[in-house]
Amino acid sequence: MASTNPALRYQVLRIYKELLFMGRDYPLGYEYYRTRLHKAFFSQRGIDDPEKIKAGIKRAEFVKKEIEALYFLKRYRTLRKRYNQS
Amino acid sequence: MSGLRILVPIKRVLDYATKPRVNRTQTGIDLANAKHSMNPFDELSIEEAVRLRERKVPVAEILAFSAGPPKAQDVLRTAMAMGADRSIHVVVEERDALEPLGVAKLLKKVVEGEKSDLVILGKQSIDDDAAQTGQMLAGLLGWAQATQASSVSISAENMVTVTREVDGGVETLKAKLPMVITTDLRLNEPRYASLPNIMKAKKKLLEKKTLKDYGLDEKIRLKTVRVTEPPPRKGGVKVEDVDGMISKLKELGAL
Repeated sequence: MASTNPALRYQVLRIYKELLFMGRDYPLGYEYYRTRLHKAFFSQRGIDDPEKIKAGIKRAEFVKKEIEALYFLKRYRTLRKRYNQS
Repeated sequence: MSGLRILVPIKRVLDYATKPRVNRTQTGIDLANAKHSMNPFDELSIEEAVRLRERKVPVAEILAFSAGPPKAQDVLRTAMAMGADRSIHVVVEERDALEPLGVAKLLKKVVEGEKSDLVILGKQSIDDDAAQTGQMLAGLLGWAQATQASSVSISAENMVTVTREVDGGVETLKAKLPMVITTDLRLNEPRYASLPNIMKAKKKLLEKKTLKDYGLDEKIRLKTVRVTEPPPRKGGVKVEDVDGMISKLKELGAL
C-alpha cells in the first residue's frame, strides 16, 4: 500500500537513507545498526495520521543529532586519551 | 581587505578506531583492506576554516589539498562536504609516500601557486605522529606560525590572535597575515559530513595533479629500520591487606 501523502513519504525515505548512511561508522558494526534501524521504522509502518508521521520524522532528526554527537564524543575521547595523558 | 584565501592540507590515514597490525616482515603496518578516513586533526582545521567564514570573516576561498594514493579523493570529498570550496589532489602512490619535509616543500609550491594567505593544518597525523609539517612549512615560507591552536580569531586589520594551551595556562599569540596555524584537539567540534552534503560535494571541483606538475622529485631520506608492536601491558598484583601492600612496595623498591 503506497502512502496517501507523497510529500511525507519522501521525507521519511530521506531521513531513513541519511540514518542508514551514518551506520557505516557505527562502533558495533553496520549490520547491528541496520537491523535496529529497520526495526524502528518498520514498527511505525501502520501510522497514517499526518501529524503522527511528522512527529516521527522529528524523532528521527533527533536521533540523527544524537548519533552525530556520539561519533564526535567517541573520537574526541579516544584522541584525548591517546595524546593528552595527564 | 579582499577575502582570505585559506589552504587546508589534509591526509588520509588509518581510521582512529581500527587496531593497526604490523606486517610479517616488520617493515610497516598492514594497510590493505583496513578502514581509512580523514586525519581527525585535519577535520578540525577544515571546520575552523568553515567557521571563520561563518563568523563573517571575509573568506574568498577554502581550498582542500591532499597528497596521497588515488583513494585520498574520498577524504577530499568529505572535506568539500564539510564546506571546502574546491580541492587539489596530488597523486602519490603508497610505496613512495612523502615525508614531512617533502610535504612542506610541496605545500610551499601550492601556497605560491594559489596565493593563499592562511594555511591551517592538523598539528600531526595519527599515523606517523611526526608533528613537523606545519612548522617546516612556516620555516620554508618565512611566515609566522602558531602551533596547536585552541582558538583563532582574525580582526579587520589582518591581525590574527591565536590561543594555545600550554602547561599551567594559556598562551596568546598575535601575528599579521600571512601565517601558518596548526590545530589542537580542543579547537572546535567538527561537523558530520552528511549524505546530502557528500552528494552536493560531488559537483565541486577536484583537480588531479602529480609531483611533476610542481617540479618536485622528493627522494626518501628516512629509512625505516623496523616496526614492532608495543610490549603488552603487564597485569597488576592484588594484595591481601595493608601490611601486604607495604611489604610489596618495599620489595619493588618504591618505599
